Amino acid sequence: MISQLLFIVLLVVGFGFFSFNISKIRKNISLGKPLDRSDNKAQRIKTTLLVALGQKKMFQRIVPALLHLFIYVAFLFTSTELIEIIADGISGSHRFFLNKLGWIYVLLISTIEVLSVLAFISTLYFLARRNLLQVPRFKMSEMTGWPKLDGNIILYLEIVLLVCVFTMNGADEALFLQGKSHVAGSGSFGFLISSFTAPYFFNYFDVETLIILERVGWWGHILVVFGFLNYLPYSKHFHIVMAFPNTYFSNLNNKGAFNNLSSVKEEVLKMFDPSFDPYATPTEGEASVPDRFGAKDVEDLTWKSLMDAYTCTECGRCTSACPASQTGKLLSPRKIIMDTRDRLEEVGANKRNNGPDFKDNKSLLGDYISEEEIWACTSCNACVQECPVSIDPLSIIIDLRRYLVMEESKVPSELAGMLTNIENNGAPWQFAQADRNNWVDE
Amino acid sequence: MSNEMNKLRVPTVAEMIANNERPDILFWVGCSGSFDDRAKKISKAIVKILNYCNIKFAILGAEESCTGDPAKRAGNEFAFMMQAIQNIELLKGYEIQKIVTGCPHCFNTLKNEYPELGADFEVVHHTQLINQLIREGRLLLKGGGKFEGKKITFHDPCYLGRANDVYEAPREVLEKLDAELVEMKRSKAKGLCCGAGGAQMFKDAEKGNKEINIERTQDAIEVNADYIATGCPFCNTMMTDGIKHFEKEEKVKVLDIAELISNAADL
Ligand code: HEM
Ligand code: SF4
Ligand code: SF4
Repeated sequence: MISQLLFIVLLVVGFGFFSFNISKIRKNISLGKPLDRSDNKAQRIKTTLLVALGQKKMFQRIVPALLHLFIYVAFLFTSTELIEIIADGISGSHRFFLNKLGWIYVLLISTIEVLSVLAFISTLYFLARRNLLQVPRFKMSEMTGWPKLDGNIILYLEIVLLVCVFTMNGADEALFLQGKSHVAGSGSFGFLISSFTAPYFFNYFDVETLIILERVGWWGHILVVFGFLNYLPYSKHFHIVMAFPNTYFSNLNNKGAFNNLSSVKEEVLKMFDPSFDPYATPTEGEASVPDRFGAKDVEDLTWKSLMDAYTCTECGRCTSACPASQTGKLLSPRKIIMDTRDRLEEVGANKRNNGPDFKDNKSLLGDYISEEEIWACTSCNACVQECPVSIDPLSIIIDLRRYLVMEESKVPSELAGMLTNIENNGAPWQFAQADRNNWVDE
Repeated sequence: MSNEMNKLRVPTVAEMIANNERPDILFWVGCSGSFDDRAKKISKAIVKILNYCNIKFAILGAEESCTGDPAKRAGNEFAFMMQAIQNIELLKGYEIQKIVTGCPHCFNTLKNEYPELGADFEVVHHTQLINQLIREGRLLLKGGGKFEGKKITFHDPCYLGRANDVYEAPREVLEKLDAELVEMKRSKAKGLCCGAGGAQMFKDAEKGNKEINIERTQDAIEVNADYIATGCPFCNTMMTDGIKHFEKEEKVKVLDIAELISNAADL
C-alpha cells in the first residue's frame, strides 16, 4: 500500500514537473518571429519518418549510427515496458501483462533484454569516445564545462538504467526458479538473457536478498526514468523528443534559397513607386516595418531557429564539416546553436521572473556570438547538410548579419566597398554597367 | 582545326527584339563572366557551345545587373531587393521564359529567390544545359580530344551541389571526355567549399590557421588530378590560386566544364 502511494506521488510529480518544463520551453520557442511551415504535410511526414524515426542522416557515419540505433531502439521498446511498470506500480500487481500476453510477453521482454545488452555496449563505447578516445569534435572549446558533463551524465544514467533492468529481471528469474517470485508458480520466465544470467549471477543470493534486489532494480529503473524525463529539458538529451517536431518543420526548399524579407520588399517597392506618398498613413493589411531588420537577440529569430536550439544534440557534425572551422576560424556552427539555446533560456527566465518587458542589456549578438564568428561563414550549407536532426545554423548566421549590416551599418570595409559598387554600378566591382558586354569583342 | 576566325555571335535581347526576334533562352552572363578576365574566357566558351548548337540565345548586355547574391549573403537585404526588383521588371518586360547562367550564384538567386518576388522563368546552370545538348545529340563529342585518358576531378560548387542538389549533370558531361573521372575525398553533398561563397570572395578571410582554398586544393592534389573541373567562376579563381600556392601550375590546370567541352569539341 505504502509503495503504491509512493509510486503514485512519484508519477504525478514526475509527469507534472515535466509538463511544467515543457510549457516553459513552448513559451520560449514561441518568442520567435512567425514563419509558415504548415504547408506540404505529406512531404513533412515523410521527412520525419525518414530522418527522425528512420535515422537516415545518422547513417552518414556508420559506426556511431549503429551504436546510437541500439540505444534508440532499446529506448523505443523499453517504453512499452514502462506501461507495465506503471500498471504494476499503481495496482500493486507483479508483471501485469505476463499472463495476459503469454508468449508475446516473453518475446517482448526478450527483445528488450537483447537490445539492452547492445545498448549497454554502445553506451560503454560512447563513454570511451567522450573520455578516452581523442575524437576532435568532442574536444572543442564549446564542449568544456556543462556540455561535457551533460554528455557524460546521460551515459552514466543510461548505464544505471540498464543495470537496474538486468538486476530486476535476473533476480526475479532466480526467485521464480525457486517458486518465490510474486508471480504464482515456479519455473523459468524464458526471457532470453535473464534465464541465462540468473543461474550464474543470482543463484548465490538467498531469497530475502533476491527480493530486495528485484525491488531495487524495479524502483531504480522507474526512478531513473523519471529522473531522465525531468533532466531532458535541461540537456542536449532533449533531442529524443525534439528530433521529431524539428524534422517535421524543417525547410523543404532548396537549401540555397534564403528567405526574402517582405518588409524590405515593401520599402523598396515604395521607393520605386512614383505615386507613393511617404506621409500617408499606412492602409490596413500593409506589412508594417518591423522593430528591426535581421536579428540581434533570440526574439528576432524565427521560432524554427529557436526550436533548432532545443533540438541540438551537440554532436558537432556541423562543425567538423564547416570549412571555416576546419581552417581555424573562430566560427563553429554548433556553438551558434548552443549559444542560441543558452541565451533563450536566459531571456525566458528573465521574462518569467521580471515580467515580459524586462530587458537585461545583453543580446545574442555581442554577448554570446561575436561579429568575427558570423563573418567567417561562407554560406556553404555544409552544416545544414550534415545535421542529423535538421537544424539550420546558417539561417541564424544570416539573420545576425542582416542586423549588423542594416541596423548598425557594421560591415567589414571590403564588403562595404562591394555593396556600394552594387548600388552604384550594378556589380560588386567598380566597373561601369555600360561596359558589361565589352568581353564579347575583347 | 579551330575556328578562331569565326566571330562569336552574341546578340543582346534588345537587338533581337529590334529585328522582330525573340531569344529561346537568355544567357545570364553574371558580373564575373562580364568583368573578371579569367571568367570572361568561360563566358566565351559557353557562347561557343551555344553558337555551335545554333541556340537562339541573347544576353542582356549593358542592361544586365548583379542579381544581388553577394549583397544578400552579406546581410544587405536592401541592396539585394533593389537589384532583384529591377532585374525582374526588366526580364518580365522582355518576356524571358528560360535562363542559362554561367555561375551557380546567379543560378541560385534567379531560380530560388526571384520567384517569390514575381519572377516566372525556368533557370538552368550551364552544366545542365550542356548535358542536355549532349544527350539530345545536338552537341557531338568525338572523344575527349586532349583530355582523353587524363585524370579529371570535379569540384562541386556549394551553390550548385548542396544548395540545389545538382550533382550528376556536370559529372555526366565530364564522362563524355573519355577521361578518368576521379572523386576527391570530399565530394558531392560532402564537398568542401572553395572559400568564396557568402560574399567571402570580396573580403579577406577571418583569422585562422589556413586558407580554405588551400585546404580544398590539397584534396585535388591528393587524387593526382591533371585537371580540376569547375562550374563556378569564384571556385575557378580560388582553385587557381590554390594551385599557384603549391606551385603546381604546370601539372594541374583549372578549367570550367564549358571550357573543357568547347576545347574537346574543338570549337
Ligand atoms: C528516442 C530515443 C533516443 C534515445 C534514447 C537517444 C539516445 C542518445 C544518446 C544516449 C546519445 C549520446 C551518445 C553520445 O554520447 O555521443 C545520443 C546522441 C545523439 N542522438 Fe539520440 N537518441 C534518441 C533519438 C534520436 C533521434 C530520433 C535522433 C535523430 C536522428 C537522434 C540523433 C542523435 C544524434 C545526432 C546524437 C549525437 C551522436 C553523435 O555524436 O554521433 N537521437 N542519442
Ligand atoms: S554555412 Fe557557414 S557555418 Fe555552415 S558550414 Fe558553411 S561556413 Fe560553416
Ligand atoms: S546543429 Fe546538428 S550537427 Fe550541429 S551539433 Fe547540433 S545536432 Fe549536431
